[in-house]
Formats: sequence, C-alpha cells, structure tokens
Amino acid sequence: MLRLERRPSASRFWSTATPLLAVLATMIAGGVLFALLGKDPFVAIRTIFWDPLFGQFASYSRPQLLVKAGPLIVIAVGLSLGFRAGIWNIGAEGQYIIGAVCGAGAGLAFYPSESPLIFPLMILAGALGGWAWAMIPAILKVRFNTSEILVSLMLVYVAGHILSAASFGLLKNPEGMGFPGSRNFQQFPAAHNAEIFAGTGMHWGTVTAFLAVIGGYVLLSRHIFGFQVRVAGQAPRAARFAGVSPGRLTAICLGISGALAGLAGLFEVSGPAGQISTDFASGYGFTAIIVAFLGRLHPVGILLAGLLMALTYIGGELAQLTLNLPSAAIQAFQGMLLFFLLAFDVFANFRLRFGRVEVAR
Amino acid sequence: MIGSIDPVLLIASLMVASTPILLAAIGEMIVEKAGVLNLGVEGMMIVGAITGFIAAVESGSPLVGFAAAACGGALMALLFGILTQILLSNQVATGLALTLFGLGLSSLMGQGYNGIRPPATAALDLGPVSDLPVLGKILFSHDWLVYGSLALVAATWAFLKYSRAGLILRAVGESHDAAHALGYKVIRIRLMALLFGGACAGLGGAYLSLIRVPQWTEGMTAGAGWIALAIVVFASWKAERVLLGAYLFGGVTVLQLNLQAAGVAIPVQYLSMAPYLITILVLVIISADRSRAALNAPASLGQNFHASR
Repeated sequence: MLRLERRPSASRFWSTATPLLAVLATMIAGGVLFALLGKDPFVAIRTIFWDPLFGQFASYSRPQLLVKAGPLIVIAVGLSLGFRAGIWNIGAEGQYIIGAVCGAGAGLAFYPSESPLIFPLMILAGALGGWAWAMIPAILKVRFNTSEILVSLMLVYVAGHILSAASFGLLKNPEGMGFPGSRNFQQFPAAHNAEIFAGTGMHWGTVTAFLAVIGGYVLLSRHIFGFQVRVAGQAPRAARFAGVSPGRLTAICLGISGALAGLAGLFEVSGPAGQISTDFASGYGFTAIIVAFLGRLHPVGILLAGLLMALTYIGGELAQLTLNLPSAAIQAFQGMLLFFLLAFDVFANFRLRFGRVEVAR
Repeated sequence: MIGSIDPVLLIASLMVASTPILLAAIGEMIVEKAGVLNLGVEGMMIVGAITGFIAAVESGSPLVGFAAAACGGALMALLFGILTQILLSNQVATGLALTLFGLGLSSLMGQGYNGIRPPATAALDLGPVSDLPVLGKILFSHDWLVYGSLALVAATWAFLKYSRAGLILRAVGESHDAAHALGYKVIRIRLMALLFGGACAGLGGAYLSLIRVPQWTEGMTAGAGWIALAIVVFASWKAERVLLGAYLFGGVTVLQLNLQAAGVAIPVQYLSMAPYLITILVLVIISADRSRAALNAPASLGQNFHASR
C-alpha cells in the first residue's frame, strides 16, 4: 500500500530537482505526441532543444533566444511576487497589451520629433499603462473583495478589444493606405527600441529583464517587503499578526507585476514587433505563468526557465519550418510542462511511504 | 436603427447564446459545492468543442459528437482530479495549467477541421406548441440541448436540496475533515464531482462548435469558461441563480451582437467588450456585500484534502 506523508518543510533537493524532472518527462511525453503526429520524435526533440543553439541556423536563432526570453522573464518576475503571496494576477497578457498601447501612443504622439526624451517617455507611459490596468483588479479586490483571478482575466479580453480598436482607429498609420496597424517604429528612430549590440538580440527589454531578475532577488531576500510577501504566502495569519496589511500587499504585488508586464509590452512593440497591430498579442503573458512556476517563483530560476521557454518557442518555429510540425503542438507542449511540474511537486512536499498504516487500538 | 432589432428573435437567440455558459456553470457549481476550485473550465470547454466537432463530423451524427465532447471534458477534468486530489497540487495553478494545455491541445487536434460545417442539429419537434404566436418562437423552437440544460439545472437543484447524495456532496465541500471522520470517501466524491463538471463543460463547448457558431475556430470559447466561473460566484452557489446569471450574460451578448448588426455608431470593439465588463461589474456588486458572499461559499473551497489519519 502506497501512501503519502507530509514533510515538515519542503525538501530542498526535490524543489530543485522537480523542474529538471518535469522537463525530462515533458520531452518524453512530447516525443510520444510528436510520434502520434507522424514525426520522428528524436528528430523533433533535437530540432526544438538542440538545433536553435548549435544547429545549422544557430547564428540566426541564438540572438532570438534573448529577444523571446526578455519579455517572458520581465513578466514572470513580477508575477512570482504575487504568486508567492497568494495573489493571482493571471491577466498579465492584458497589462502587456495596455502597456504597449500606452507606450506606443505616447511615442507616436510626437512623430516625427527626434528628441532624445521620447524613448524614456514611452518607457514611463508603458509602465504606467500596465500598472493602471493591474490596479483595476487590485482596487476591486481591496475595496470590494472581488476575485482578482476573474477580474484580471476578464480584462485580458477587454485589452484585446482595445488593441484592435487602437490599430483600426486611434493609432492607425495615417500613411498606411487604410491597412490597420500603427506606424512602424523602425521608421521612427527616436522611439525605436533597436538592438544595443547589433546581432546579439540584446535590446532594452533584455536589459530590463536582467535588471528585474536582480531587483527581484534583492527585494525577496534582502528587503522587508520580500519578507512580508513570503510570510503572507506561507502563513497568512502570522502575517496579519506581524502587521502586514493584506490590502497594501495586494496593491503593491499587482502594481509591480502590472508595471513590469507593461514595460515588456512597450519594449516588444517598439522593438521586435515594430508596430501596434491586431496580432500583436502573442500570449507572452500566459506563458510567463508557466515560466514563473518552472523557475520555482525565484528570480534566478525564472531567468533559466525563461531562456528554456524561449528555446521551445524558437525550436518550435524551426520545427514548423523543417518538420512541418503545427505551431499548436508547441503550445500543448508548454502546457504539459506545467502539468508535469505540478505533479512532481508532490515529492517536494510529501514523502512516499510503503506499507500499511498502523492504527492505534 | 435600433428599431430593426426584433425583440422576439432577440429573446429566442438569448436562450441559445446562454446555453454553453449555463452548461459549464452548472457543472462548475457542483464541483465547487464539493469544495474543489477548478479554474480549467475554459480548457475543458475548448477540448469538448473540438472533440465533439471531430466526432460529429466523422460520424455524421451530432449526438455522437455531444457524447464525445462530454467524454473529452471529463477526461480533462480527470487529469485535474489526479493532480489536485491524488498528487495534491495547488488547485489554482493546476486549473491555469488545464486551460493553457487545453487551448494548445484543441488547436492541435483541430488541424484540418477549419471551415467545415458540422452536421446540423434540428430543432425539437414540439408539434402545435411551436406554432403559438410569440411564445412558440421564443420558447418552443429550440434544439434538445437547450431544454436539456434547463432540465439539468432543475435536476441539480433537486439533487442538492432533496437527495442524500447531495447532502453528502455539500458536507464534503463544507468540511472535508468532518466528512472524512463520518466515513465518506472525500477524494472519490470530489473526483466524481469533477468528472460531472468536466462533462458539462465539454457539452457546453460542443454546443458552441456544433450549434451556436457552428464551426471550428481556434480559441473559439473566447473566455466563456471564465464567464461561467464568474457566474457561479454571481449565483452564490445556487442552481436557480446560475440559470438567472447565464441568461443575463446571454442577453448582454446577444444584445451587443444585435447592436453591432444594427449599425449603432459605437465601434464594434467597444461593443464586444460589454460582456466582460458587465461580468466584472456584477462580480463587484455581488462580492461587495462581504457577509453574504462569505456565507454562501463552500467552506473548504480550494483546499486540498490529505487524510493524515
């Protein structure tokens, strides 16, 4: 008879081992999935995980790694703060979109000025936009006790419609011959988020990602706020007695994650994406949830998880080209990863025991 | 302009528009009554939508489609159940995973099914009642699943209120420790509730792809599963109010679609936001009354059960 016995505290060994195990299990299950789709599983796994780094087109795909990982890491670091405290902001996708729309709007308002102040202004507007969008669930949660999960998620759909309204209306390129979508930032040098070193994929969004990792680490391990976040997540009652105000914590956690998601959106729209368009929303806000969990809600872990997840994106595109693997397969693959991670977590919190339960008579 | 909207047709299409959300919400209500918070409704719905669509297209029978959809949704729920009930993972995170996985899996399964029309489901032949002047068109000209969903609401209400099994289900949701001490199998009961919820969500998804739209497009549920979750909160876990909530949201959806068609001077995008914004508004109004919201929620909602003795 197999049974589970709760550990007094989570096992450190298993906490680090589960993400690795989960990746391994996902590769196996993914291989089965690809085999079912009629592809050679070994070739598919190699195309996704190996070829982008060391394969034939590696010189093209390696910089892409930083481009894709940047927004994922920025958003996930913000989300991890809230997740640790039991505050579930799952609407990062919406905050990402609003940050992009606000930031792009601020920049385009001054077209074609060449002032060096424009890009900093856009950064500010992007962060503020994401922050404001996240403050809606925060205020409703604090003031009316409304579920932040449902409100933040609903706001993703609202943000999607705002994005479409902006690309058809307010931000539409006046010289775009009637096509929806804003001006391209590549033709607007003062507002363009160009690569800092050409050919590396390093742009201001990636720099922000590294800063967010460092900032998140310092905040969590060295600052009283990080301590409060950890206590609130592990022992809400103890936190209340220690004087942690749940309302303030909710507002700050949601605010930080919203601002970071907004920043990610701004850097994406002014750099890799190039313009506000109807297909700008790419699901980074949702994938970042997987990244946050895969990184064990720890900034350094998130950095690694973000790079790995970016690898599956690029490898997925490569597999789409070379093996004709449908793009949805990668989405299912990423979802599976989170499942395996959550399943293997049982080893961190519980011990497996064999034998019958002894009952006192 | 607005005069071009026919109120009779509006109310008739309201019932059709509400049915998917109603099915998903009533299933989720049973799940939450058992003390489990399954945030994966959206994922179960979309998987139900595609499995139902594939089965109906391949077999040529919508009935087979709906049966397959219920199985597909239940399988997804089983996955959630194994993770949260047996491996004791976090319910919120697992629910999110279920949605993300479901969206990916469904678009993978749906490759090659875009742009096909599924076999049609005819309106139920109710004889002369369907020919009644106004009432006939509003109430008696729908397909069998609309009436089925209404019957399901009534059955759920009676099940929770009058049956012994319903009492046990509620006990498990209110205090799993007490229910366990009384000898009830908490995990087994919760798994059964989850399977029911998954089957309902799957049916709701298939209603979208087989009757309401009827077509397969990626991500076609567009938040319906999340709205269903919100409706359960709105209904304060009461079956009859789930019906009210679902028809209210169906009404808003149909009204904004009609306004779009009538060419009102508001841009389409702003009208399409309406159902989501109204969901938020209603959630705020319901949860603002703290004492009532707290009284009605099952006490063990979202907590995992682990029998240490």
